[in-house]
Amino acid sequence: MRAWLTLTTHADDFDGSPYDLLAQDHDAGHRWAFGTGFTDPLEGIDTSVPDALDPGALARYCLALGDDALIYSHRLQQWVAHLPELEEETAVANIALDLLGQARMLLARAGGIIGQTEDELAYFRTEKEFRNVRLAEHADRDFAEVVVRLLMFSTWRLALFESLAGLGSSSAGAPDPVLAAIAAKGANELAYHRDYAASWVVRLGDGTPLSHAKTQAALDALWPLLGELFRPGPDALGTVDPGAFDAVIDTVLATAGLDRPAAAPLAAVGGRAGRDGVHTEAMGYILAELQSVARAYPGATW
Amino acid sequence: MTVVTEQGMAWDVVASTPDPELPMLTIGDLGILRSVHYFPGRENGTGGEVVVTITPTYSGCPALREISADVRSRLTRAGFPGVTVRTQLSPAWTTDWITPAGRRKLAKSGIVPPPRAPQRTGPVPLTLGPAPSPQCPRCGSANTELTAQFSATACKSLHRCNECGEPFEAVKAL
Repeated sequence: MRAWLTLTTHADDFDGSPYDLLAQDHDAGHRWAFGTGFTDPLEGIDTSVPDALDPGALARYCLALGDDALIYSHRLQQWVAHLPELEEETAVANIALDLLGQARMLLARAGGIIGQTEDELAYFRTEKEFRNVRLAEHADRDFAEVVVRLLMFSTWRLALFESLAGLGSSSAGAPDPVLAAIAAKGANELAYHRDYAASWVVRLGDGTPLSHAKTQAALDALWPLLGELFRPGPDALGTVDPGAFDAVIDTVLATAGLDRPAAAPLAAVGGRAGRDGVHTEAMGYILAELQSVARAYPGATW
Repeated sequence: MTVVTEQGMAWDVVASTPDPELPMLTIGDLGILRSVHYFPGRENGTGGEVVVTITPTYSGCPALREISADVRSRLTRAGFPGVTVRTQLSPAWTTDWITPAGRRKLAKSGIVPPPRAPQRTGPVPLTLGPAPSPQCPRCGSANTELTAQFSATACKSLHRCNECGEPFEAVKAL
């Protein structure tokens, strides 16, 4: 997946014109600017699957966690250039970039097992083949929803990654060392995402009557999507203690002066939800945007 | 003896590669260079290989790819044609691995080096309320404030000095 387009100058390679740098052929002609080339994010890592693990189940689980990050990242990227302040632009863009990096490693882990590339998985699967939770695909209607949803998602994902990395007191970590390493790395990033979201929820909840009302409305609207996060499914290798999750959320809500909603979880369809490939209406629109270029020009490079 | 010299030379070439986003630092200063191994080739000088292991700072850091391309071209120019660049995820990089020289270079460029990364045994505690803001790198005042938790890159935060009025960046502890 293409990450970020930024022109840069390398201190020692800079010989006068920045165009000289662009013209340097580092990579058989596939590179014209910073960040445009890409390689396997797990290059050189021992990716053998431990004997005790079912490779298919491991691949499905990595795919699900990768899809959460990929789809959530795309939703955040859509906010870039629409956020209230420049500082929030850089924050949301950087959080989206962290999640895209996590998605790349997780899709590469899954793809390495089932014989597909990260690009094939990201760009050429149909909606029913995506395994992300429905919370990841929600289209935020205002900034209050951006920060409330990010608080929910990052609190849950941080706790899950701590469990997978063996960082929590109660977990030995995922039995797959690659997944455990990806989770350990991601947990450091998610801690910053959660703090960012929490500080905004407090600021808005404890702000003006209007910001308070909008933040409470965002909580009420998003709350039903939490239920699915605590149905780990048969392939799960990590767990989140709902009590620990509630403790974090309740601390933020109490500081913000917001009420914990009592809304029931969003129902599954015939017992099936995001992890089973059954998504909300929003999902088709995300994939149409995310996949259109790759599907129109398969294998294109620039 | 040749092997030792080649090994040391390869290390120096790789370690002096600048970081694309913090170009005042080398990857040696940043602590993302895990190892450099030189495997000598045959007597006639063919087939030598350098295996370089680097570690990503942040999962999505686009600089890693650029660093790897740079390492390759620097080694080739220095006379090491066979290069393999490997990624290592575990243990995860921490800002504590930035060397004292790296911290000095950051400070000299007006970027505040990170405080010690928290050593955790249990779940990460939630941080609410105003985040601590470091001393102004220009005037030394402690009267500064955080303006953004994420700056131009994921690894830095943005601050403002209330004394001299200048904005500045700080590398976040990770």
